Amino acid sequence: MTAVTHSPQITYKVPKRRHPIMQFMVTQPTGTAGLIFICILFIAGFLADFVAPYDPLSPDYGAMLEAPSWQHWMGTDAFGRDVFSRIIYGARTALAVGFLSSAIGSGIGAVIGVVSAYFGGRIDMVIQRFMDILLSFPIIVLALSVVAVLGKFPVGGLDLNLIIAIAIPMIPKVARVVRSSALAIRELPYIDAARAAGYGHRRIIFRHITPNVVAPFLIMFTAFIAQAILLEASLSFLGLGVTEPTAAWGLMLSGTSQEFYSQAPWMIIFPGVAISLAVFAFNLFGDSLRDYLDPRFKV
Amino acid sequence: MRASTVLSSIGATALAFAGLSSAADAQQPKRGGVLKFAVSAEPPNYDCHANTSFAFIHPVRPHYNTLLKFDEPNYPKIKGDLAQSWQQSKDGLSITFKLKPNIKFHDGTALTSADVKASYDRIINPPKGVVSIRKAAYDDIASIETPDAQTVVFKLKAPNASMITNFASPWDCIYSAAKLKQDPNFPQKNIMGTGPFKFVEHAAGSHWVGERFADYFEKDRPYLDGYRAIFITNTAARVNALQAGEVLSEFRGHSPSDREKLKSALGDKIVVHEMPWLCSLVVTFNTEKKPFDDARVRRALSLAIDRWQGAAALSKIALVRDVGGVLRPGYELAASQADLLKFPGFGKDITAARAEARKLLDQAGVKGLKFKFLNRNIPMPYTPVGVFLIDQWRQIGVQVEHDQPETRAYQTSLLNGNFEVGLDFNCDHVDDPNLQLLKYISAKKSTINYGRYNDDKLDDLYEKQTRELDPKKRYALLREFEQHALTQAYTIPTVWWHRIIVNWKQIQGWHMSPSHYLNQDLQDVWLAQ
Amino acid sequence: MLRYTIHRLLMMIPTLLGVAILVFVLLRLMPGDIVELRFLAEGGRVSPEALAVERIRLGLDKPMWRQFFDWITGIFVGDFGISMWTGRPVISEIGSRLQLSMQVAIMATLLAITISIPLGTIAALYKNTWIDHVIRVFAIAGLAVPSFWLGMLIILGLLLGFGWIPPLTFKPIYEDPWYNLSQLIWPAIAVGYRYSAVATRMTRSTLLEVMQEDYIRTARAKGVFERLVVARHAMRNALLPVVTVVGLEFAFLIGGLVVTEQVFNLNGIGKLFVETVSRADYTMVQALVMLVATFFIVVNFVVDLLYAALDPRIRYR
Repeated sequence: MTAVTHSPQITYKVPKRRHPIMQFMVTQPTGTAGLIFICILFIAGFLADFVAPYDPLSPDYGAMLEAPSWQHWMGTDAFGRDVFSRIIYGARTALAVGFLSSAIGSGIGAVIGVVSAYFGGRIDMVIQRFMDILLSFPIIVLALSVVAVLGKFPVGGLDLNLIIAIAIPMIPKVARVVRSSALAIRELPYIDAARAAGYGHRRIIFRHITPNVVAPFLIMFTAFIAQAILLEASLSFLGLGVTEPTAAWGLMLSGTSQEFYSQAPWMIIFPGVAISLAVFAFNLFGDSLRDYLDPRFKV
Repeated sequence: MRASTVLSSIGATALAFAGLSSAADAQQPKRGGVLKFAVSAEPPNYDCHANTSFAFIHPVRPHYNTLLKFDEPNYPKIKGDLAQSWQQSKDGLSITFKLKPNIKFHDGTALTSADVKASYDRIINPPKGVVSIRKAAYDDIASIETPDAQTVVFKLKAPNASMITNFASPWDCIYSAAKLKQDPNFPQKNIMGTGPFKFVEHAAGSHWVGERFADYFEKDRPYLDGYRAIFITNTAARVNALQAGEVLSEFRGHSPSDREKLKSALGDKIVVHEMPWLCSLVVTFNTEKKPFDDARVRRALSLAIDRWQGAAALSKIALVRDVGGVLRPGYELAASQADLLKFPGFGKDITAARAEARKLLDQAGVKGLKFKFLNRNIPMPYTPVGVFLIDQWRQIGVQVEHDQPETRAYQTSLLNGNFEVGLDFNCDHVDDPNLQLLKYISAKKSTINYGRYNDDKLDDLYEKQTRELDPKKRYALLREFEQHALTQAYTIPTVWWHRIIVNWKQIQGWHMSPSHYLNQDLQDVWLAQ
Repeated sequence: MLRYTIHRLLMMIPTLLGVAILVFVLLRLMPGDIVELRFLAEGGRVSPEALAVERIRLGLDKPMWRQFFDWITGIFVGDFGISMWTGRPVISEIGSRLQLSMQVAIMATLLAITISIPLGTIAALYKNTWIDHVIRVFAIAGLAVPSFWLGMLIILGLLLGFGWIPPLTFKPIYEDPWYNLSQLIWPAIAVGYRYSAVATRMTRSTLLEVMQEDYIRTARAKGVFERLVVARHAMRNALLPVVTVVGLEFAFLIGGLVVTEQVFNLNGIGKLFVETVSRADYTMVQALVMLVATFFIVVNFVVDLLYAALDPRIRYR
């Protein structure tokens, strides 16, 4: 009889279970860079009162249109206000407008998308028509009209109607994407099983469909924050967005800056860079988020 | 800037002006060339009688003539445009004009007194469907007679000290009676006048072209072969175009920093003209909203404004410069500086003024005043002045929020009384108290009183000064008016605008005036090489 | 297929009607009207009676439903009305400006296509290498930079660097090609950058998706030369989404021109939009919105048809 041999020890190397955020940071370096910048923006926004060297609102007629120097890192504008301080406070406005508009727009859009997909049939058709109507409306006219009709409705320094005006064009886009995700899920057999088991609409929507549309929703949400910041810049440029003397990046590009920019180019360079970097960061992050969450690309 | 410096610089400018114009006239005018200039907005239609904007005057004025016009280098002197001579009767109840001979319309027909009568009939009694903006200025005209083809007689109901200047209004274009008879709205879409330039083309949104009228009644005029007005709405684009020489001028006015930029870029290739502008920014209180129905509150807010220092600081970034009352500083009937300093809000001691302001607010029982300030969202000069005023009010503990909706919403709010305090402008083409004071008299008498108040004393004084033909007595009446208006402070003047024109050196024969509505017929302008 | 086409065509009608109603109502909800604006904005002293006369002339005194009815029936006979601000026919106001905006849009599209397809392909082929990262950064930057800001920078650069600005008035390309291009190339770049960015990303991602597909793997396994694989199999299938994006973004481009035309002082429909809305020129705004909306809806329709023709599953939805 042969001796009983021990089978060789097979040791599995179980991959360390990393925290999802760590996992993200390791696999998506560019997205992480974006995330870091977003955090910087948040810090600037929250701690503006401590970080900004000057008051962004008070004019200093003795120091108008000054070039960048040690006293004023980014120079001063036509009223003698420090551009650097205004950029920092502008981060606050940008984030607030961006998040709120995106939240409202994406939120409403997602709800509409899910409802439309779930109920299907005539409800779906009617809702889709409304979405088409909104989509074919030029964004500027839509935003212009909302702002003009509703007037200004400032709440704590922010104009609520501007936020609504920016949110509205987002709704149909989010609705469309969420709807197609939800449609794909609706066809799956386990939804039919749930219906057969007698689960009500609300339960099915909340517990089964919604979790599966979270991923595309999150991606759109981040992308739309970026778009909201850009749209606010355009609207302020046209004179319809935030008004003087609030510090907002889009506003810093219009008005008196339009008068003076060939003499004092720093007045438009820095706000433009700020907008571009913020939008850039959100887009990088959003892209990486999509890559991270989409199983196909894990190859 | 001190007021004395202001006044002496006005004087110096006037002198330099006289020097400049005589030097320029000493050169021989050359014929030829096409003048290219920029206009920052576009006229909606072609009817002089129905328009109010400089955007109309600049491209369209050269196609027409008026009875009288301002003698360019010698503002406010008047000279004849279509009129050879004019006479006012001793009792002031009739004015007779004799027309120049051989005046032709662009279509070849001759101009006669019938055309003048038809045009003024249209202004004074517009037929159905025709809008005449300046109708009210001619309320005192009883009738118009034309004894012969070269004579027009205007009969008045009562003597009016400013009536003669009305005939020099750049808006009173003389149309062809024949065309008006065919279609009273002919001038809305068609241009046919007697002016030095014929209409060639208007490319909507882009440009306007006029060319020399060979049969113009003034011998040897115009010097130019034609002109091209280019519509550029974006300020930076406009200034860039001027800097690059794509256009040689823009006749409304530039901001001080544009002037500096152009000076440093172009040096001696340009000529800068400066003068106080016939435009002021006024703060209007809505007397139907508490606490602005209380004169003490209004006066307190007026006292808080440091007009002298403010004007000096603002003059560096905005097109304002001078401090004045209800009439333009520099005009002979406006308050002299000595008189101005006596009015509430116009003193030099700002600390004392602000202390009094706080006291007045206490007396009126108003604590922690907060309000919204309605302003236009136009950067020049509304935004800077708005920001400045808010800062001034902050100094007496008043919290103000700056509300700058787009023009239409602003207009509507102002008209419908949906505001608490607003910033408004008061511009005219001529220093005429009858026009300028319309902003301050009762709402029942004036369509531009947005403060919604009535004050019989002001109306009474206004009426008196209209009829007063002796300038000294008129001055005294005006000061009485001003004292009462500024004490009641329904509507208060803040700063007066400052007109800066930058022309390329080639432009000759153009003269500066305090109004951007005047002297734009381009008749005497020529291009040096 | 025919049924699907007719179905989609019929769906266009309620959408267009919805847009018409929406713009009509929104305009009239805005406070203030054109008559007040025209006469009072520069301090004119007009009596309320004169204002009322003008309102009647413009038809603003009629009840809302009547105004809407007149407008819609007018469209069917080809009468788009006259501008309330200038009194000229809407068609002539739009016509001259449409040419300019269309040209800028087409130039931007051409720019986008010539840049994005090669770049997107390279990025996909060299995925996750530094080339890919550079191109992706370039593309995302294009999404981030506001086009009107880019326009301002371009003008600043031209002025400070060369002392030159683009021409101010428009000449059609057949009249003076050099002049025309020297004016319009700059806004085309300003607007086209973003456009190229979107198209580049789309090309890259669809190409990546397609390259995962089974039939590509099979072709690779067979040993077919890599480039050939890409060129013949992948591209053909990846092109459709790219074309879709290009088509849809073109419609959005018109809206995007709104701000850019201000900066370059171009007499196009973007600038017209802003001016007419701020003047409350109802007839013009209505016409412009319907124009853009119709264009967008038609493009959507064509794209839907293309998809349905190629993917039968969609027809039976």
